[in-house]
Formats: sequence, C-alpha cells, structure tokens
Amino acid sequence: MILIFADQSDGHIKKQSFEAISYGAAVARQLGTEAHAVVLGQLAHAEELPTLGNYGVSKVHYLSTAVLNHFDAQVYAQAIADLATSLGATTIVLSHTSSGKAVAPRLSVRLKAGLVAGAVALPNTTAGFVVKKSVFSGKAFANIAINTPIKIISLSPNAFGVTKNDGVAEVINSTPELGGSHVKVMAVNKITGTVPLAEAELVVSGGRGLKGPENWYLVEDFAKEIGAATACSRPVADSHWRPHHEHVGQTGGAVAPNLYFAIGISGAIQHLAGVNRSKVIVVINKDPEAPFFKAADYGIVGDAFDIMPKVIEAVKKMKAGV
Amino acid sequence: MKILVCVSKTPDTTAKIAFTDNNTKFAEAGVQFIVNPYDEWYALVRALELKEAGLATQVSLITVAGADAEPIMRKALAIGGDDAIRVNSASGDAFFIASQIADVAKSGGYDLVLTGKETIDYNGSSIGGMVAELIDAAYISLATKLDFAGNVATVTREIEGGEEVDEVSLPLVISCQKGMAEQRIPNMKGIMGARTKPLLVKDPAAADELTTIASFELPPAKTGVKLISPEHPEELVRLLHEEAKVI
Repeated sequence: MILIFADQSDGHIKKQSFEAISYGAAVARQLGTEAHAVVLGQLAHAEELPTLGNYGVSKVHYLSTAVLNHFDAQVYAQAIADLATSLGATTIVLSHTSSGKAVAPRLSVRLKAGLVAGAVALPNTTAGFVVKKSVFSGKAFANIAINTPIKIISLSPNAFGVTKNDGVAEVINSTPELGGSHVKVMAVNKITGTVPLAEAELVVSGGRGLKGPENWYLVEDFAKEIGAATACSRPVADSHWRPHHEHVGQTGGAVAPNLYFAIGISGAIQHLAGVNRSKVIVVINKDPEAPFFKAADYGIVGDAFDIMPKVIEAVKKMKAGV
Repeated sequence: MKILVCVSKTPDTTAKIAFTDNNTKFAEAGVQFIVNPYDEWYALVRALELKEAGLATQVSLITVAGADAEPIMRKALAIGGDDAIRVNSASGDAFFIASQIADVAKSGGYDLVLTGKETIDYNGSSIGGMVAELIDAAYISLATKLDFAGNVATVTREIEGGEEVDEVSLPLVISCQKGMAEQRIPNMKGIMGARTKPLLVKDPAAADELTTIASFELPPAKTGVKLISPEHPEELVRLLHEEAKVI
C-alpha cells in the first residue's frame, strides 16, 4: 500500500498535500493497491480529515501524540516510519516542501528505502521503479531507479496537479509512543495577507526595470487582481527594494508555478535557474534583446509603466465579464 | 565545538548541460566546475565566522568524490577551514554519500555538520537529513540564521510563508541557505595557504546504494515566444485566460 504524509499549517491541511495525496492515489491505482494518508499532530480543523478522501485515499491515520504538535523532522520521521512498517507500506509520498525536505531523507535512512527527492512525474513501473526528477536547477531531468523494497518519493509542488472526487476517508485515531523532541520552537513569524511564494500557482515578479520600490504597485496590484504571489530578482533584493524571501533564482528560492509573470527582469541565467520549471512564462521588457524572451511563452516588448496598467485594467474587465 | 562542512563539486551555473554514454553521464568536457554555491557561500562561511567568534575550535571540509574534486577542495580551503577530507568514491547515491559523511562525523567527533540547502546539480536536499538520522542528531533544514550560546543553537529556518526560530542542542546537522552568511572572495594569502593545508584521502566505508541514475534527459525546447503588440496588452490577458488557461 501507499502512505502519503499530509502536512498541516495554521490548523489546516496544506494545499500541496492535496496534490501529494492525488499523486499517491495515482501510484496506488497504477500498482493495484490502496492509498492511506497520515496526519501528524493536533489538527485544529479536524473536520478536514475525512475530506482527504476527495483526493483518493480510503483511510486517514490521525496521530495526535503531543510531541507531534510542533515540527521536528526526527520525531516526524519516526512516527511515519513506524506507521509505514505496521501497515506494510511499500511506497511513501511526501511533498518536496520545507517539511518534506527535512523528513524524507530521515525516513529514507530509517526504512533503508531509496528516495527520489523532487519527483515531477508518476513512477515508471514497467521495469523496476523509476522516477523522473528535475536536476541541474531545472535544466534537465534524471530518471532515478529505486533499488529497495520500500520507495520514498517527495513530489515537487505543482508538478502533478490535484485530482478531486467525492470520496470520503475513514479516520483512524491513534497516539503512538514516540521519542522526545530536541527542537524547541521559540517563534513563528508568518507574513500574512499575501500568497506564500513557495506554494503559489501564480507568481508576478519584478526586476530592476521597475526603477525603484515606489513602483512596486504595478507588481502588487496585478498580483492582487489575479491572486498571485509576488517575487523579485536578485538585484532588487540586494538593493533592499524588496525583502529577501521574495528573491527567486539560483541563490534565492526556486519556484515552479503555473504562471511566472516577469516585469522588467532581463533573465540572467541565474534567475532562469530558479524559474525555468514554471509552466507558462510571460516577460514584459522594453529591451527586445533581453535573454528572458528566449525562455518565455508570451512576451511584450515595451515599457512596463505603460503596459501594466492596461494589463490590470484588462484583467478587471475579464473578471467582470465585460 | 568541531564543525564538519560538506562540500560538493558542481558545474558552474552557466555551464552547458549535456549528456554522454547514451544519456547516462553528465558531459564534463569543457565544463567549468565550482564549489557548490550553497556549501561555499553559506555553510562554509558561517562555519568560519563561528570559529572566528571563538565558538568553534576546528572547521573541517568533507567531500565524497573522485580525485577530480581536489582542485575544488583547495578552492574551498582558500576561503578557509583547517583541513579537508575526501572520501574516495564517485557514487551519486545520496544514502551512500551521507553514510560516508556520517562515518567521518562520528569517528572525528564533530558536533555540528553544515551542508548547503542543496547542490545545484542533483538538487536533492537530502544529504543533511540523512546524515542527521545516521548520527542520531537533530536536523534543521533551510536555515537562514545560526547562533550559539554554549551547546544550544538558535536557528532560524524558512517555512512556507514565513520563518520559524528554533532552539536545539548539539549534536546538530543544519542545511544552510541565503541569509546565513555573505560570500567571501579568497585572498592571495588564503590561496597560497590552501596549498599546504592537510587534504586527507580516505577509502569509503561499506554502505549500500539505494538508488541509481537510469538516464538523463533534456526538457523539450521552448517553441518560441509569442510576442504581443505593446499597443494591445489586453490581448495578453485574453491569451493567458483562453489559450494558456492560467488565469
């Protein structure tokens, strides 16, 4: 059977977990077995647990031992490994997010199970068990064969998509014995009111072409209109026009949204390394020679200060059905 | 406190990515190699800062690679570090590599293991977590700040939509990213000194390979950009809605 780790944040199941479950359920169908999800720690909105059946799992294991109420990769890996062993799970699926990146490698060691970190497609099980992942910062893919009886896959966000039905999952409560945690959480600082960049399906990003932080309303207004997260290029973050967590590119964060909309970014290779797995790339730049146009799907050569207000206006009209 | 910094040899960011041997090997010919930027800029430099602040007694570098990685180790030693260890193996399996690092961390009595958040070639983000499990240490990934008061570390790590500040005791493994430190350019004294620093070559310990690379492939070429007239930006919105179906 397939076990999927459904992560939580702010009392809700995380959106990427719906995708991980959809993926795990598809792996289960492919292998002719069943899929279960596991949720760790008290979930404030526990009514969401049976609805995970919508994404293809028949059972949700709800482990509410107190030590799981804060994230510690060591204890989380123990909880998932113990459950996987008792259920006889052959494949474990996680999201390749901050928590998945910390838990999956520990699980791999604990279960002596090969890990493909950052999978982008369903496994090929025609001969062995081969999983495709992105390598060389989005410039290539590798097909990785897992040679162990138990397999672990962490799924790259936005790589598979969510599939939904009207299924309802049975919830199985337990409070397993686990080791103590060595991690004490002192503070959690969340940026509220905006779409978090790492999980965004749409990203609007600005570069030096916007000339200064006072012009970021062009990025923010458009992002707000389409429900996108905002991002920026490295020079923008280095000049402190925007906070560092918005920096995408080789040394900042990597994103793989459905839409990456770049305004006034030339598209240096280091920037492309962070965004080249985006499904659709739009580039607005007044320099027709900007390298970003070569990586783009749609582009407008022109002045962002003229173009963006018109784009925002057109979105408003579209939403109003005009 | 003794710090072990994991260092990987990676192709330069601007390197052309191509494959040989029926798409099973990265084509290294003509490629410029560098120290993996996350290892160099963040993990190594923060380790050096901790030593300079009197919080660490030793900073050692480790790589699991063939002899071809030695120039990269010398380059890292030019930035700093007391010595380096190269476990002689060309394995590409994360578990095998982590097992070697864990072996050295244990036998060498290292309290803190630092890695970059990922390598820019395999993008696995797996080594740190595996080493932590193997040496039974706590693991904080994607850290942007690291300070110590005695044996207790205060670590800031990235979470979706924000950051979390944790307190955690040694032994400890941390994967480092932007914010942790600022890049250092090696000076002439560093480069000269690096030549004579100890670089120990060690045979790998017995460990399994849990995965193998079956093949590489390149993404399909972009079909080319569809340019829209700057006079009609509303056409872009229509295409994104009706053709690309993303908004």
